[in-house]
Amino acid sequence: MNVEIDTSAFTEEAYELLSELEDSLLELEAAPQDQELISRVFRAMHTIKGSGAMFGFDAVAEFTHEVETVFDMARNGTIPVTKPLIDLTLAARDQIRAMLDAAAGGGEPADQNNANRIIAGLRALSPEKKSGGGGGHAAGHGAPAGKPQAQTPDTNEPHIFRIRFTPNPDIFSSGTNPLLLLNELRELGDCRVVARTEKLPDFDDLDAEVCYTGWEIFLTAEIGENAIRDVFIFVEDECDINIRLLDRDQVMRDREESKKLGQILLERGDVNSNELEKALLPLGDRLVQAGVVTPDKVRAALTEQLVIQEKHDKKKTAETATSVRVPSDKLDSLVDLVGELVTMQARLNQTASSIGDHTLQLIAEEVERLTAELRDNTMSIRMLTIDTTFNKFKRLVRDLSTELGKEIELITAGGETELDKTVIDQLNDPLVHIIRNSIDHGVESPEIRRAHGKNPVGKITLAAIHSGASVLIRVEDDGAGLDAQRLRAKGIEKGLLSPDDELTEKEAFQLIFAAGFSTAAKITNVSGRGVGMDVVRRSIEGLRGSIDVNSVLGKGTTITLKLPLTLAIIEGLLVMVEGEYFVLPLAAVEECVELSREDVEKAHGRHVINVRGEIIPYIRIRSRFEIGGSPPEIEQIVISEVDEKRIGFVVDKVVGQHQTVIKTLGKNFQHSEEFSGATILGNGGVALILDLTKMVRYVEEEENRELDVP
Amino acid sequence: MPKTIMTVDDSSSVRQMVGMTLKGAGFTVVEAVDGVDGLNKAKASNMDMIITDLNMPNMDGIALITALRTLPNYKFTPIVMLTTESQATRKQEGKTAGATGWIVKPFKPEQLLEVVKKVLG
Repeated sequence: MNVEIDTSAFTEEAYELLSELEDSLLELEAAPQDQELISRVFRAMHTIKGSGAMFGFDAVAEFTHEVETVFDMARNGTIPVTKPLIDLTLAARDQIRAMLDAAAGGGEPADQNNANRIIAGLRALSPEKKSGGGGGHAAGHGAPAGKPQAQTPDTNEPHIFRIRFTPNPDIFSSGTNPLLLLNELRELGDCRVVARTEKLPDFDDLDAEVCYTGWEIFLTAEIGENAIRDVFIFVEDECDINIRLLDRDQVMRDREESKKLGQILLERGDVNSNELEKALLPLGDRLVQAGVVTPDKVRAALTEQLVIQEKHDKKKTAETATSVRVPSDKLDSLVDLVGELVTMQARLNQTASSIGDHTLQLIAEEVERLTAELRDNTMSIRMLTIDTTFNKFKRLVRDLSTELGKEIELITAGGETELDKTVIDQLNDPLVHIIRNSIDHGVESPEIRRAHGKNPVGKITLAAIHSGASVLIRVEDDGAGLDAQRLRAKGIEKGLLSPDDELTEKEAFQLIFAAGFSTAAKITNVSGRGVGMDVVRRSIEGLRGSIDVNSVLGKGTTITLKLPLTLAIIEGLLVMVEGEYFVLPLAAVEECVELSREDVEKAHGRHVINVRGEIIPYIRIRSRFEIGGSPPEIEQIVISEVDEKRIGFVVDKVVGQHQTVIKTLGKNFQHSEEFSGATILGNGGVALILDLTKMVRYVEEEENRELDVP
Repeated sequence: MPKTIMTVDDSSSVRQMVGMTLKGAGFTVVEAVDGVDGLNKAKASNMDMIITDLNMPNMDGIALITALRTLPNYKFTPIVMLTTESQATRKQEGKTAGATGWIVKPFKPEQLLEVVKKVLG
């Protein structure tokens, strides 16, 4: 069922990459020495190859692998970038496009001879075929030549079936309950049932053991006729079953034509509108009056019409819905404007309350309500759940594990987690790389797993969870884990570190993110040549996120992506310390409690407070930022969830909820990592937005350092 | 109140397999070793459904179905017969005698439950 969605996800991405590729190639022609451009071409090919294999576009993947191989040589400087290379690559790009068009059903079958010519041309460019690595690869893969597009997309378009089910009168005597059969049909899809009761006699003549009723069922489902026949398998001989596939287009055409007829007659003056109206009395009524059909039959026909119409409408809505495409910069500027509006509205509120004019205050409140709605709407346009992205990986895991002879189960969790659209879009490639690495290098083959006493079926867990103002995405496998020693040796071999460098295990793990680092001894179609993890890290950091790797040798590897909810506007909690304002992300805030002098004394100098039996550590904003002054008699603690722990932040006063429009801090403040930005208050003042996670981390690090000093 | 299903079969292993599958799905199961035994047990208490083998000593499945259908209590009760692929003609005989449906041997527990669900709801 998901196959069609998945395929289009890939083709869309591939088309985009192909058009980028064309630009890059043309630029490259002008500047053949540009390493960055060569890498870009290589990466585009790499992604098309990888995603293609994942979505079952084997022909595309194999073909692309050839091009990638040659560009890998260009990248290494083994062969120069020449005009013939660019010509061939452009031809290859067109060929991939043709293959995609053909697979999507929108074009002529791609010309395999042309593909072979391009491959031959590319291979001729490589100086020695043996060292190419990928040169012999496609050949070893069997002959795809006969069937260039084994990939005809599965048209899982739902069909509408009309099923006329007329049981024999004695059907009950075989112990059959026809209603159960109707229930079974309902399980197949969307079902409308019209009972035909015209054979039902008067009550006095009714025999309770005889079945008088027949049914017309309109079933909309992605199934074949055989599935429907199976429902009636036991009763085939005891009833009359007529199944017809209703062709929507035919019906729609018929209807449009008949509508036109009335109009034409009217325009020609052959009928006047009164006559026409009379003739246009519902057809069913006229037929019933004429005694041609029974009302039941008309009802069944009307239901048929309705079901078809609904499907048509649904499809139309779906088409409209998917075709509303707005350039993301327009959305961005909308968000900016809403941000300005929110700030302005805060000023309006403040001014209204200081003037004290009742009417003005009412207006200000109304504007506040509207602004909040506008803000929520604008934000929700950009928020998507991550489950579609997650679902795409089921196929990847299935296909790649089969290809590699591994058995791997993918478990997903937290698919309902919402993220900004731009974040989700840019998350796909990094996740593909990470999961591919897990399948290829992480999870071992079933034999090895059995030998190590592990379940032969490997497990990859893909989970998303909210953590304060961030979303954590975790890719966890129960594979071989990372070998710090091997990573280190490889790093030295690659010249990334000198043999004298001391590395902690954690630092060794970080090596996998270095450019050009790949520990796989042999190049495979799956995880390729080490373009993966450095690109992954760069993309994640581009989203203001971070990536972390953890591994236990023999037990598995966990890669955690931490992504900020990069929303331009967040709900914040405005607090004050000695006249300075700060904003805490409200999503992380759990409660506010008072901290009296007594509480502080009871803790004997430790920064903890007992809240309903739970000991919670706290950080004083005042001392943390060296604000000075003296705290009031009773302070406030804002208890927040940070990295799944509860931590308090001590302030003088909690002002209240604040719609926080995030403004980035200028370059001068780029090292102030404890702040994620600033916001403008209603009175024109500025409040700094606290990055609670970083703050807690710094405090912990400092405390650890203090502990280390004897 | 769980529904009661009777399995009629001269093979104890088939009775056991059918019995365990149905009990696992929450049904009450009554076992009978042949047609005569089945008919007596059907008369003694009320079954919601009967699953019967065809080839049995004393009274075969077709005779049992015919006999059951003459009893007022079993006029409309679902009766499913166990057949093999080679018994196509017997399938038709069973249908004529009043069987609701059939299960082709060998079958898996899930297939059995599917059929039970189909005829019992």
